[in-house]
Order: sequence, then structure tokens, then C-alpha cells
Amino acid sequence: MTVVARDLRIARRRPSEALLPVIFFVVACSLFPLGVGPEASTLRQIAPGVVWVCALLSAMLSLNAMYAADHADGSLEQMMLAEPFPVALAAAKALAHWVLTGLPLLVAAPLFGLLFGMPSDAIGVLMLTLMLGTPVLSLLGGVGAALTLGLRNGAVLVLLLVLPLCIPVLIFGAGAVAAMDAGLTPAGHLYLLAALLLLALLGAPLATAAALRISI
Amino acid sequence: MNLKSEILPLLKVDALGYQRGGGWLFRGLSFEVMPSQMMWLRGQNGTGKTSLLRLVVGLARADEGSVQWGAGTMPGAMPGTIFGQTANAVYVGHSSALKEDLTALESLQFLAQLHGRPSSPTECAAAMRRLDIYQRRRQLVRTLSQGQRRRVALSRLALESKPSLWVLDEPYEALDTHGVSALNALLDAHQSRGGSVLLTSHIPLLEQAANCRVLDLDARVAS
Repeated sequence: MTVVARDLRIARRRPSEALLPVIFFVVACSLFPLGVGPEASTLRQIAPGVVWVCALLSAMLSLNAMYAADHADGSLEQMMLAEPFPVALAAAKALAHWVLTGLPLLVAAPLFGLLFGMPSDAIGVLMLTLMLGTPVLSLLGGVGAALTLGLRNGAVLVLLLVLPLCIPVLIFGAGAVAAMDAGLTPAGHLYLLAALLLLALLGAPLATAAALRISI
Repeated sequence: MNLKSEILPLLKVDALGYQRGGGWLFRGLSFEVMPSQMMWLRGQNGTGKTSLLRLVVGLARADEGSVQWGAGTMPGAMPGTIFGQTANAVYVGHSSALKEDLTALESLQFLAQLHGRPSSPTECAAAMRRLDIYQRRRQLVRTLSQGQRRRVALSRLALESKPSLWVLDEPYEALDTHGVSALNALLDAHQSRGGSVLLTSHIPLLEQAANCRVLDLDARVAS
């Protein structure tokens, strides 16, 4: 909790850096109507996929900084000394990352739902999938960030490591909204997303802690 | 029976070996740090001073030998494990572990909180006063000079009250004469309550300090 409070305080001191992921999300999402064309039916069809891909990419954007800054100034060493197997630290870092990147997306996403002409119940499902899915991205991202700590090409390597792992989240996240549009129930997709979240909650902090032990 | 068998060492390093870049950085290194003792680790650049300190606190894993903490020695057979006994120890590394975007006081409070030390603003401010950096407490760390950062990092030591082991990597670096004497006062107080210090330093002003032993890594490499 100390770590979460500190990370949020640091982010508040550097608002331009903290807002970068959500600005990226807004810009990337608004490019699609320009590129694909303003036809309402097409836009409505691609909306869930676009929002999800942009959410995924904007979450990846800030992953590299998750542990790198603390590693550079020696804070991470001190955290490791205070806690030999830093599972709680990994969970705290993922939580702080989610509050800074996932939560703003949840606020921005319905706006884009409306812009893309999605019906309101589909927007509700989209929100639900983002709520279940974005924490998974932060948790999996933590593993990648911890593994690539101190490497020179860390930023690119994180993307290559984490993006494939995030594919199920993308499929079920966008799939739930698509199922809704097709007149089916999105419940199956949502359950699977929830299962992924549980799996990530249990496994990712352990994996991150182990990765930190190797990287330090 | 000599005195040594009655007073147990705070730290016992036994036949420690560490590999770096394909060769042994040091091997078969054994020493003990007794309560109230200061151990000055000396050696040229690249003789493994910092590596040894990191091995001692458990941030790195030894290739050979063991590091044992406190009276109830832990099995060194688990390399890379940070033992419970290190919880009372203090490690101040080369980097000062302060966050650029926090104020000096906030940074110190965070470190104190992290390690379960007294972390109230008044206690931390008092600690900063010991190193004469109190006036800068509300300044962001990124606006502080190297020496001032060092002082903030070292004011952590003024929060300690237990006779534990302090592991300090180049604590005198970037400090002016005033800062050096403030640090020496802290070290003296720590030794007089039975705590011990393991430090590296290039400044030869420690030799007159009380109960100081020198471990020369150069001499070991040469022999």
C-alpha cells in the first residue's frame, strides 16, 4: 500500500507523463474513423475491436517504466531488501499501473462507444469487458517489465513478450461485444475474461516476484 | 577460551566466492564482523567491493561459500536467499534510492516506512537535522545536489536504534567535511550501542576510528 500511494503521488507530480497512455488511447481511437471512412455501419462493427486494440497498446506504452525508474535509482533494491520475495510489491505495482492506465480508459471508452455509434447496451458490455480485462494487462505486463529489467532493448522486448500473452484477453473482450451485437448472450465471454483475471491475479505476482529476483 | 567464542559475530562470511565475466572476482573469502566493530573494505576499482556488499545483504547470489547473519546462523546452502536476519540491517548502496519527484522528506519517509522504521514527519525531520539537511526537506530531490542527496540518504541511519549491522557502500562519497563529521558521529553512536559497520571507502580517514579493522581485497588478489 505504501508503494501504491507513492507511485500515485509521483504520477501526480508528473501529470504529462501520467496522462500519456490515455491521450494515446484517445488519439489512436479517433484515427480509425478517418482511415476507415465515416460509414456508420462499418464503424459500429469495428468499434469494439478498435477500442480493445487501442486499450491494449496504450497499456503497453507505460509498461517499461513500471520498474525501470525504481531500478535506476536504487529504490527497487531497497524494496527487495524489505521484502525478500516481493509478491506484494508486484501486486502493488500492478495495481498502481492499472489505476494510472486502466481506470482512465474505463472513463474514456464509453465516449468512443458513442462516437462510433454503438448501442447503449453494447457500451455497457464493452465497459464490463474493459473492467475485467485491463487489470489482466497490467498484471501480465508486470511480468514482462520485471523480466526485461536492465536490458537495453527492454521497451521493445516487453511488447514482444507481453502482447502474445494478451491475445486471449483481446479475443474475449472484443468477442463479448460482437456476440452482443449478433444477438447472442455475452455471458460466456465475460466468464472467460473473469477466469483469465483470476488466473492472472494468482499467477502474475508470483511470476513477477521470481523475475525480479533474477533481474536484480 | 578466548572472548570470541562468547560474543557471537553479527556477520560471518565463510569461504565466499563470486564469479564475474568468466573469472573469479574473489574466492575463499572469510571474515567475521563482531558487535561494535567497524570493518573497512578496501581495494582498487574492480576488486569486488560493491559485489561483496551486495552478496552480504543478499541482493546477489554467491557461487561458493556462505553468508551467515546473527547468532542463529542461517544455512548458506540457499544461495540468493535474503535471510530474515537482514531485516534489522541497513544497506545504503551506491545509488541513494531517492525518488526525483518526491521531496527529500517524503523520500526519507517512504524508505523508513518500507523498512518498518519510525516514519512520522517529526521523526524523519529530526533525522534530517542530524545531517544538517533539514532546511531542504521540502525541496524536490531532483533539485538537490549530489552531496545533499547523499545526506538525505544517510539520514536514514539516524532513524536506527538497534545494534544491527550497517552495510554502507561509499558513504563518504560527495560529502563535504561537515557531512563527513556528521556521518562519523552517527557511526560512533552506532558502535557504542553495540552495532557494527561494514563499509567501503577511498578516503583514508577511518584508520584512527575506534575498533576498526581493514579488509584489503588488493592484498588478497596479490597473495
